[in-house]
Amino acid sequence: MTTPPKSNGPIIAVDGLSVGFRSRAGAWLPVLRDITLSVGAGESIGLVGESGSGKSTLALAMMGYLKTGLHVLGGRVDFSGIDMFAQDRQSLEKVRGGRLALIPQNSGQSLAPNLRVGAQIGEALRLHSALPEARHAARVLDLLTQVRLPDPASIARRYPHELSGGQQQRVAIAMALAGEPEALLLDEPTTGLDVTTQAHILELLRDLARETGMAMVYVSHDLGAIARVCDRVAVMYAGEVVLEGTAAQILRDPSHPYARGLLASIPKLSDVCLPRALDGRPPPPGGAGDGCAFVARCAIATERCMVERPDLSRIADGAKTRCHLPQQVRSIPLSGERNAQQRQLPAELSLSLGDLAISYARAGLFERLTGRDTAKVATVDGIDIELRQGETLGLVGESGSGKSTILKSIAGLLPPLHGQIALRGQDDLPPRVEDRSAKHLRDVQLIFQNPDESLNPRQTIAQILAQPLKLYFGLSGQALIARTTALLAQVRLGAHYLERLPSQLSGGEKQRVAVARAFAAQPELVLCDEITSALDVSVQAAVLELLDDLRRDNGTSYIFVSHDLAVVKALSDRVAVLYQGRLCEIGPTVDVYGPTAHPYTEVLLGAVLEPDPDFVPSLSASDVVEQSPPARGCPFQRRCPKRLGAICDQTAPPPKTFAAGHTIWCHRDDLAAPQLS
Amino acid sequence: MLSMLMRRSALGLITVWLVSIIIFIGVEILPGDACTAFLEREAQGLLLENCRRDLGLDRPAWMRYGEWAANALSGNLGVSPDGQRQISELVGYRLRNTLLLASGAILCGIPLALFLGIVAALWRDRPFDIIVSTTAIAAMTIPEFVSATLLILIFSVWLGWVPGIVLTSSNAPLAEFFPEVLLPIAVLTLVMTAHILRTVRSSVIETLASDYAQMALLKGVPYWQMVFRHVLPNALLPTINVVALTIAWLLGGVVVIETVFNYPGLGRMMIDSISDRDLPVTQAIALIIASVYVGVNLLADLLTMVANPRLRTAHLRGK
Ligand SMILES: Nc1ncnc2c1ncn2[C@@H]1O[C@H](COP(=O)(O)OP(=O)(O)OP(=O)(O)O)[C@@H](O)[C@H]1O
Ligand code: SF4
Ligand code: SF4
Ligand SMILES: [Mg+2]
Repeated sequence: MTTPPKSNGPIIAVDGLSVGFRSRAGAWLPVLRDITLSVGAGESIGLVGESGSGKSTLALAMMGYLKTGLHVLGGRVDFSGIDMFAQDRQSLEKVRGGRLALIPQNSGQSLAPNLRVGAQIGEALRLHSALPEARHAARVLDLLTQVRLPDPASIARRYPHELSGGQQQRVAIAMALAGEPEALLLDEPTTGLDVTTQAHILELLRDLARETGMAMVYVSHDLGAIARVCDRVAVMYAGEVVLEGTAAQILRDPSHPYARGLLASIPKLSDVCLPRALDGRPPPPGGAGDGCAFVARCAIATERCMVERPDLSRIADGAKTRCHLPQQVRSIPLSGERNAQQRQLPAELSLSLGDLAISYARAGLFERLTGRDTAKVATVDGIDIELRQGETLGLVGESGSGKSTILKSIAGLLPPLHGQIALRGQDDLPPRVEDRSAKHLRDVQLIFQNPDESLNPRQTIAQILAQPLKLYFGLSGQALIARTTALLAQVRLGAHYLERLPSQLSGGEKQRVAVARAFAAQPELVLCDEITSALDVSVQAAVLELLDDLRRDNGTSYIFVSHDLAVVKALSDRVAVLYQGRLCEIGPTVDVYGPTAHPYTEVLLGAVLEPDPDFVPSLSASDVVEQSPPARGCPFQRRCPKRLGAICDQTAPPPKTFAAGHTIWCHRDDLAAPQLS
Repeated sequence: MLSMLMRRSALGLITVWLVSIIIFIGVEILPGDACTAFLEREAQGLLLENCRRDLGLDRPAWMRYGEWAANALSGNLGVSPDGQRQISELVGYRLRNTLLLASGAILCGIPLALFLGIVAALWRDRPFDIIVSTTAIAAMTIPEFVSATLLILIFSVWLGWVPGIVLTSSNAPLAEFFPEVLLPIAVLTLVMTAHILRTVRSSVIETLASDYAQMALLKGVPYWQMVFRHVLPNALLPTINVVALTIAWLLGGVVVIETVFNYPGLGRMMIDSISDRDLPVTQAIALIIASVYVGVNLLADLLTMVANPRLRTAHLRGK
């Protein structure tokens, strides 16, 4: 691999760039405002900010590309001396994908579905590589090997949909590397991937940056990922850069109120408290007014902030901040203070799952007629869990571990193969939702990941909330209105939201409405399926606080499913770790996150990233995606870094109890610290 | 893939069979029968009874259906009420005429629709697109008989280029249908182009906005190469089914157009046979239409499957 020539000047220079679109009324509304930023050769810089802050727009603008409708309102972008917005199509085509390459957020959708991945990488080679055509096939394999894909020859022949998310992302990286770029733009390259996959991809990117000496612009809302790969960080808010400095300056003790709020709203493994919510939301494009764009949400704002827009100016520690009061920002705390754990719980049971097994493979008509049973291994098996009233059980595991499957079964949407689901210890729930009584339906409520799909877009918020109230409590008229208003107040939304449609709400507000709808039924148990995954961290923190309030007030039990171990830790009393639909470990949160752990829990925890530039993840297992559980033995046998041998492949590991209620399923004897029984 | 082909063909046969039953029941439910229709005012008393006995209409319905089905299975669709001619021969001519009309419209319409749809999408919101899209909406919303009448007015009454009405008899040689058949073909082409074009246009626009099209540009792929390699193969997949539906609609006989132009095709024959309570003819045409629908849709699904790697590999690897 040839290292690009290092020059002294920056490789990408953004100078006073403003980008905007024309509103219906004809006014220009800015999406990026007066951005000045430079990236040196070989440097990696992170762009962070909430959704809508303009980070993707800025990254794409560095390629001389704007989404349809957007226009440059002022300023310029230079890539190694080339003015990117003054080029014709042909010269842009030469640079794009060659000297300057993009790795998109969702590689699954960014690879053309009709072309084999080898052909797509080959296309990049044909466009940007000096290699003779005959050597391309071999180079494709080299590239696939460089991004650490096993069996590159077989991968090259596959179509994108035949690869896992992590593999697709690696293919996208290989494609970007084909032109031997001097700079790489990455737009949320690991969002939506499992923790382990994400950690592996980030390590790969770090290594590649070191090997090839290319510069990187890394767009992400995930400060943990940024901490791992970036030397410098720019924080964006409402289309402006509000803080810029080294990773350590920005992630340890940032000098801008927004950055501090952002940092405090991130759940961290090292925290014992709920993250702190950052209330309010950013102004829409063009809505920032004359003063500081952050003024409405800033805890230390003064009169001056309302009328005078602060400049991005250098402060004592060398960082640049856009704030009038950089001396006062230290008073804004960097973590939450509400401790969600250590609550007194009653002894009564809320839900018990007895030896639950679930399978998606339904015997078809043909199999049933011929009596041939589909002898497939059940997707989920052997789930024995008891949940006390008011308790929150966290359910963690990589994608495909069966978290949502278990919730669907409890909700009656997917009848189990066998096993009991009982409420309050004795009230057996019928397996099918059709057979459940109104009381049963009321008692178990499910909240989905994506409120856009679960809220009817044609109904107003009032209608959405009225449905369960009419159905379960027969409310009408004045009483109905009073109750819907009270519900909205519970999720901290004003009554003026009643007549709005879901499309007129932000993502976080929609999810609150979904929570309010679940609580309208006054349920015994609420099942939360990744309900904060689609939300910005600041909004996520607010939803977590809300869930904590609601369980305190109503004594509701939760099963809280998430792939984010830090989020689960913040909210849960107990945690269950699942792999391939089997329990690996269950116990009180402190114990599961403590030193005695199942090898799989260790792998998961090792891959979690902290927003700290010195934090190094420990990657002990591969990130291979397994399609189905092994027929016998330990479910984790194929990836376990601590595998003992044949016993793990042959015999299902027995449960071993460590502290009170802390159980681990593993054959190893050296998991426990010696002082335990 | 083979098993799915067999399953779909079996389902198709069942569909066709169900259609024949439904048509039979439908005609039974209609007041009157072939004899009341044939004898009109004199349909009473002995005359009616004799007629019914001659045609076998006095037997129970299930028996008549059974007999028809048995004959149909052996390829005998029955004879016309006057007993002179084989129904297969009568219907055969009409089917040929309909095929002439349909293939004309298909040969002109599909390439035209693809071309206009793609260009309109690539030049979205520019004058060309606006003109094409507005014309398409107009062609879809104006009832067919209005556009047909308009074309007759222009091309036959004012310009006198082609006759506005087809006077050729149904069993004349194909050559005698020219140039009369051109106007009905034009109307059909207009309507079907409008339908297909709109699907093509919106599908291409959607694909142009996809992440992978954007990615191709950002990877430095030249614009036209992106269009032909990354966009069109994916954008045209959903149009296969629309094209299939349009073809099935054309082959099923287009009653309104045939009526306006007095064209001797299947559609008009179907209407006539229903009003005559001529069950054998109705059944024969229904069988043709149902088989065309089933066949064309099966073909479209097969084509989609072959052209879409996602479906193709799912069937190869999954089962
Ligand atoms: N084509 C467009 N036309 C008009 N406005 C747009 C367009 N694309 C984006 N915007 C607006 O520009 C702003 C910045 O969008 P951008 O996609 O850059 O945000 P982001 O920080 O990348 O957010 P996310 O984290 O959700 O990806 C948002 O207010 C968005 O609504
Ligand atoms: S300028 Fe004022 S409102 Fe803006 S961040 Fe600083 S203190 Fe807060
Ligand atoms: S039982 Fe064996 S394979 Fe399974 S987690 Fe324990 S050591 Fe690993
Ligand atoms: Mg983005």
